[in-house]
Amino acid sequence: MSDIILETRGLSKRYGGVHALEDANFTLRAGEHVAVVGDNGAGKSTFVRQVTAVEQRSAGQVFFDGKEVNFTGPLEAREAGIETVFQTLALADDLDVPSNLFLGRELYKFRMGPFSILDRKAMRDRTLEALKTTAVKIPNVDNPIRNMSGGQRQCVSIARTAAFASKLVIMDEPTAALGVQETAQVENIIRGLKERGIPMILISHNLRQVFDLVDRIVVFRRGRIVASLNKHETDGNDIVSYITGVKGAETADA
Amino acid sequence: MATTTHGLGGLKYDPSRRARAPEWNVFFALVGIILIFELVGRVFMGDSFLFNTRANVDTLFNEQRLQIIILQVSITGIIALGVTQVIISGGIDLSSGSIVGATAMVAMSFAQVAMVNGNPNPKAIFAAQGWMDLPVIVPVLVGLACGAAAGMINGALVAYTRIPPFIATLGMMVTARGIAKWWSKGNPISFPTDAYAAIGKGMMPVIIFVSLAVLFHLILTYTRYGKHCYGIGSNEQAMRMSGINVEKMKVLIYVIAGLLSALAAIVLSSKNLTAQAGMGVMYELDAIAMAVIGGVSLQGGRGSIIGTVLGALIFGVIISGFTFLKLDAYYQEMVKGVIIVAAVVLDQWRQKGRARG
Ligand SMILES: Nc1ncnc2c1ncn2[C@@H]1O[C@H](COP(=O)(O)OP(=O)(O)OP(=O)(O)O)[C@@H](O)[C@H]1O
Ligand SMILES: [Mg+2]
Repeated sequence: MSDIILETRGLSKRYGGVHALEDANFTLRAGEHVAVVGDNGAGKSTFVRQVTAVEQRSAGQVFFDGKEVNFTGPLEAREAGIETVFQTLALADDLDVPSNLFLGRELYKFRMGPFSILDRKAMRDRTLEALKTTAVKIPNVDNPIRNMSGGQRQCVSIARTAAFASKLVIMDEPTAALGVQETAQVENIIRGLKERGIPMILISHNLRQVFDLVDRIVVFRRGRIVASLNKHETDGNDIVSYITGVKGAETADA
Repeated sequence: MATTTHGLGGLKYDPSRRARAPEWNVFFALVGIILIFELVGRVFMGDSFLFNTRANVDTLFNEQRLQIIILQVSITGIIALGVTQVIISGGIDLSSGSIVGATAMVAMSFAQVAMVNGNPNPKAIFAAQGWMDLPVIVPVLVGLACGAAAGMINGALVAYTRIPPFIATLGMMVTARGIAKWWSKGNPISFPTDAYAAIGKGMMPVIIFVSLAVLFHLILTYTRYGKHCYGIGSNEQAMRMSGINVEKMKVLIYVIAGLLSALAAIVLSSKNLTAQAGMGVMYELDAIAMAVIGGVSLQGGRGSIIGTVLGALIFGVIISGFTFLKLDAYYQEMVKGVIIVAAVVLDQWRQKGRARG
């Protein structure tokens, strides 16, 4: 089926004896926004790390954009068109904001392999533009991000993902550290992605946000997908009972 | 006060009151140490450390001393440039001194003359093969190849096996020293060609050191290689997630460090007109010390070539200062040790000051 952008079959990940992710069957359609919810340690970030090839899965298959894929690392996933805000943010603390935004895809004045000369001005200008969309307050983008607040750092990572979004966007708890205004702005960014038709997986503990933003909600519990619910056929209480295990003891397909 | 709203989102930010670059602290330390020697010299020796006091010389400064200060740290300084990059990227290189030893032996073997004072060169290594009086490019390239190979092995061990850099380069330190001794069964190798001898003549080591410092300052500041050095030192995992080939970068960084050690070996053996198996012993520690004194953080991610050059100058000033005060070389070593520890402690303090909550 051509309108399926991402599909996983039997995706599993074990860390030694820990079954962090078991037999996850997940599908995402073109243009669809899906939320992944679940308790701490339910395996949500583990799922993200397998799809983006930050880690190699223990078992299962991944199909992206119509083909089976076996990414050997995050670079390949990104080159295929998957942009991700990782829960750990994946920022280099000693680099400034533009360097972080363009990490791994720098703009150059002059190309000479690893010694290519960076176009710092262009990167800085485009960084300021990208950050404006997040409403974040950053006193000086030329400072290393080490001393920035959690929310500021998160916004850098979100701006990076939004600026380069192409075929699929994954955000792992993007608003966890954000204030009211910044959260609203990030939600606007997500709505913008929806309008542009870019599919998205949003991981969030904020059910209000989830119901506001996405089409479908997938519940993870103890490493398994236990429910996949259309937003209009469920409500907060229903979701919570899946999260806590009151409902849905066996694995569901998403 | 020019408080403007440069910041994103309307935060106040005054660009004129930016945090001072850490290199300034090193610079002030350098000035402070010079002042101390000047003061102590005037009070106890009745002589000036910095200024010319001889009537028959018409200069303001004691230029001879200034030259010696920088000349005596140029060769270890060249090594320190490479070590700086290794440490910034979160590694360490203990093998530089031994690479100097091995490279000096090998390179010098290809730089020998056939005839000394009308007699066949008694120390010629490749007399049988007739590899003598070769163009200077041969020993230089052979030497650089040695350094690159050693660096490649260091880098590959660090990047592709999970051996910590400390252990991997310790292995290279012992192995390369072994090679240096085995190469000519412990005999020194002498009598280089004039062209080879010219490489390290006079102030050439200083010229080479300064040029390389400028080159690598530009590379670390303006190129992708530089950015990624800092990035890997500050968060390797993030770099990997951002799609950077961390392993390849690490190999390249250690290769560059190896090349710089080899270059130091070439300059040193040329300057001394001989190569010995014991050349470069402890140079790795001096180089690391220069970097650390210059503000390069052993935790990775922070530091600069400018800092390391200032660190090297502090080193040079201290050695010259002790000679000037006619203190024994033993004290030099001890004080060097104290300064290194002090620099690391200072770095730890800075870390704490900026630890993330
Ligand atoms: N590298 C690892 N080694 C061992 N166990 C791991 C590793 N990474 C994750 N785990 C375990 O896998 C399980 C799932 O973790 P994961 O990070 O996916 O949870 P999560 O659903 O993202 O939780 P949270 O909402 O807190 O982010 C946890 O029990 C965790 O301890
Ligand atoms: Mg998580």
